[in-house]
Amino acid sequence: MGQTLEITLLNLRNLSSRLGSSSVIVVGIAGVVAVLVGLLSMAVGFEAALTSTSMENRAIVLRGGSNNELSSAISIEEFNILSGMAGIEAASAELYVVADVPKKATGKPANLIVRGMREEGFVVRPEVEIVAGRIFQPGKGELIAGIKAVDQFQGLDIGSKVDFRESGWTVVGHFQSQGSAYESEIWVDLAVAQANFRRGGSASSARVLLEDPHAVELLNATISEDPRMDVSLQTEAEFYAGQSASRAALINTFGYMVAVIMAVGAVFAALNTMYTAVSARTVEIATLRALGFGGLPVVVSVLIESLLLAALGGLLGGGLVYAIFDGYTASTLNSASFSQIAFDFAVTPELLQLGITWALLLGLVGGLFPAVRAARLPITTALRGE
Amino acid sequence: MAQLVECREVSKQYTRGKETLDVLSGINLSIEKGDFLALMGPSGSGKTTLLNLIGGLDHPSSGDIINGGANLNDLSGRALAKWRSENIGFVFQFYNLLPVLTAQRNVELPLLLTRLSRTQRQKNAATALEIVGLTDRARHRPGELSGGQQQRVAIARALVADPELLVCDEPTGDLDRDTADQILNLLELLNRDHGKTIIIVTHDPKAADHAKHVLYMDKGELLATTT
Repeated sequence: MGQTLEITLLNLRNLSSRLGSSSVIVVGIAGVVAVLVGLLSMAVGFEAALTSTSMENRAIVLRGGSNNELSSAISIEEFNILSGMAGIEAASAELYVVADVPKKATGKPANLIVRGMREEGFVVRPEVEIVAGRIFQPGKGELIAGIKAVDQFQGLDIGSKVDFRESGWTVVGHFQSQGSAYESEIWVDLAVAQANFRRGGSASSARVLLEDPHAVELLNATISEDPRMDVSLQTEAEFYAGQSASRAALINTFGYMVAVIMAVGAVFAALNTMYTAVSARTVEIATLRALGFGGLPVVVSVLIESLLLAALGGLLGGGLVYAIFDGYTASTLNSASFSQIAFDFAVTPELLQLGITWALLLGLVGGLFPAVRAARLPITTALRGE
Repeated sequence: MAQLVECREVSKQYTRGKETLDVLSGINLSIEKGDFLALMGPSGSGKTTLLNLIGGLDHPSSGDIINGGANLNDLSGRALAKWRSENIGFVFQFYNLLPVLTAQRNVELPLLLTRLSRTQRQKNAATALEIVGLTDRARHRPGELSGGQQQRVAIARALVADPELLVCDEPTGDLDRDTADQILNLLELLNRDHGKTIIIVTHDPKAADHAKHVLYMDKGELLATTT
C-alpha cells in the first residue's frame, strides 16, 4: 500500500512535465462524456415532460382500441355514465385537436395541441397554475397558453389574436404545470372548440380523478360489462410511459451509438498518452523496481494516474453539459399526437454518475495495458531505456 | 574472510529472433565479504550481465548464484525484489535519480520499503548524505546538482538501507577525471571504513586501481585476476 502510494505520488508530481499529453486524455474523455450525457439528458428530459404530466390518481379515458387522444372519440352519453360511476371523484370531457401555428424558430406552421375543456379540466389538474392573465371565459373565443408553447410559437402573448380553424382567438392567460407536456398546449372552452372544429357534442377523451388509484382494473371491468360503453381507462403514468417509450428509446440508442464511437477514439488517445507517459519513465520505473519496489504497485500507480485523468475528463465533460444544457428547452414531434412537445434537457445526478462511470472505464482500459507493460518489462532491458 | 558471493557454472543466453547469443559461459567466481572487485573488459564481454545477475536483477540461464547465503534461482518476483531491497545497493552510470524528488527524498526511497518511521527514514537519509559529503545539498533536486554530486546522491541511496554489497555499473563513466577520482575515493572509503563489499564494472584502468582485485572478461568468459 505504501509502495503504491509513493509511486503514485511520484507519477502525479511528474504530471506537470506532461501537461500536453495528459490533457489529451482529459479532453478526449470529456468529449465522450459530454456527448453521452448531453444526448441522454435529452431523452430524460423528453420522458420527464411526459411522465411528469401524470398524477397517481388521475386516469385517462379513450375509445376502446385507441392508444392516443388524437384518434379517440367518446360520446356525451359515455362521458355521463363514466362520471357517475362509483370511484370517480371528478371527470373532465376534453377535445384534443391540432392547429397550425407558426413556430418562433422557423416561422413555419407546426402542429400545436388545442385542448378544449370545461371548468372540470382544472379540477382534475390541481397542479396547473395561471402565471399571467386569467382563465378563458366559457362560450368565448379565448385561450390560455402553456408557458412552453408561448416560448415555442408565435403570437401567444397575452392580448394577441391567433387565427386557426377560420376563427380568431384571443390569448387571455399563460399557465404552467410543473414542467409537464401540458405546458406545450393551448387550452380553450370545450363548447367553443367543439363548434369551431365541428365535433358536435363529442369529446376526444376524458380525464378522471380516482378515489383509489388502484381501482383502474375494477373500473375497466365495470365498463366492459356495460354494453353502452366502448371506452377503456388507464392511469396517466401508464399512458405517457407508452407515449414516450419509442422516442426516448430512439434518442438513447443514438446517444449510446455516438458515445461508443467517440469512446473508441478516446481509448486510443488514452492508450497512446499512457504508453508515452510510461515510456518516458521506463528508466525511472526500472530503477524503482531494481531498488525493490514491486510490479503490482507500478501497475496500480499507472492505473490510478490514468483513472484520475479520466475522472477529471468525466467531471469536465459532465460539468460543461450541466452548465450549458441543463434546463435548456427544445421541442420535438410527439409521434403519438403528431404535435410539438417542448421539454427541458435534464442533466440528472444519475446521468452525471453514468458519465463518470464511462470516463473511469475508459481510463481503466487506456491505462491497463501500458501499466502491465511497465511492470513486465525486464528490469535489465528497461534500465537501458529500451 | 567469509565468502559473500559464489557463482557456479553461470551461463546466460539471450534469444534474438532465431539467433541465440551466449553472453556468459560457465562463470565460476567467488567474492569475499569486504572485497572491492573491478570487472573489466571490452564492450559486450558480459561484465554488466554478470553484475546484473549477482545483483538479482536477472536470472542465469543455467548455473547458480549464491549471494549472502541465498540461492537467487530460488527467488523470483516479489521475493527477489525484497531480497534486493535488503541486500544490494545499486549505483548506475547515469545516476538514475528521480528528477522530481530532492536529494534527501531520492536517498530515502529504499527506506520506503522498510518499516522505519518517517523520522527515522529522514535521519538515516541525512546520515547517508553526510557520508557522501552532500548534507548542504539535501533539498536540491537532481537538475540543480552537478554530475559528480548526482552520483554521490546515488551512492548515498545505495548505502542508506545498509546493504552488504554495492554493485556499481560504470559509476564514473559519465564523469570527468577529477570528479571520477572523487567518486572512486568515496567508494574506496566505503569499502575500507564501512566494510562494504563493492563490485564495479568499468572500462577505466584508473578506476580499477582503486579495487583490491580486478577481473578481466572477454566474450562471456573470465580471463584473469589481478590483485
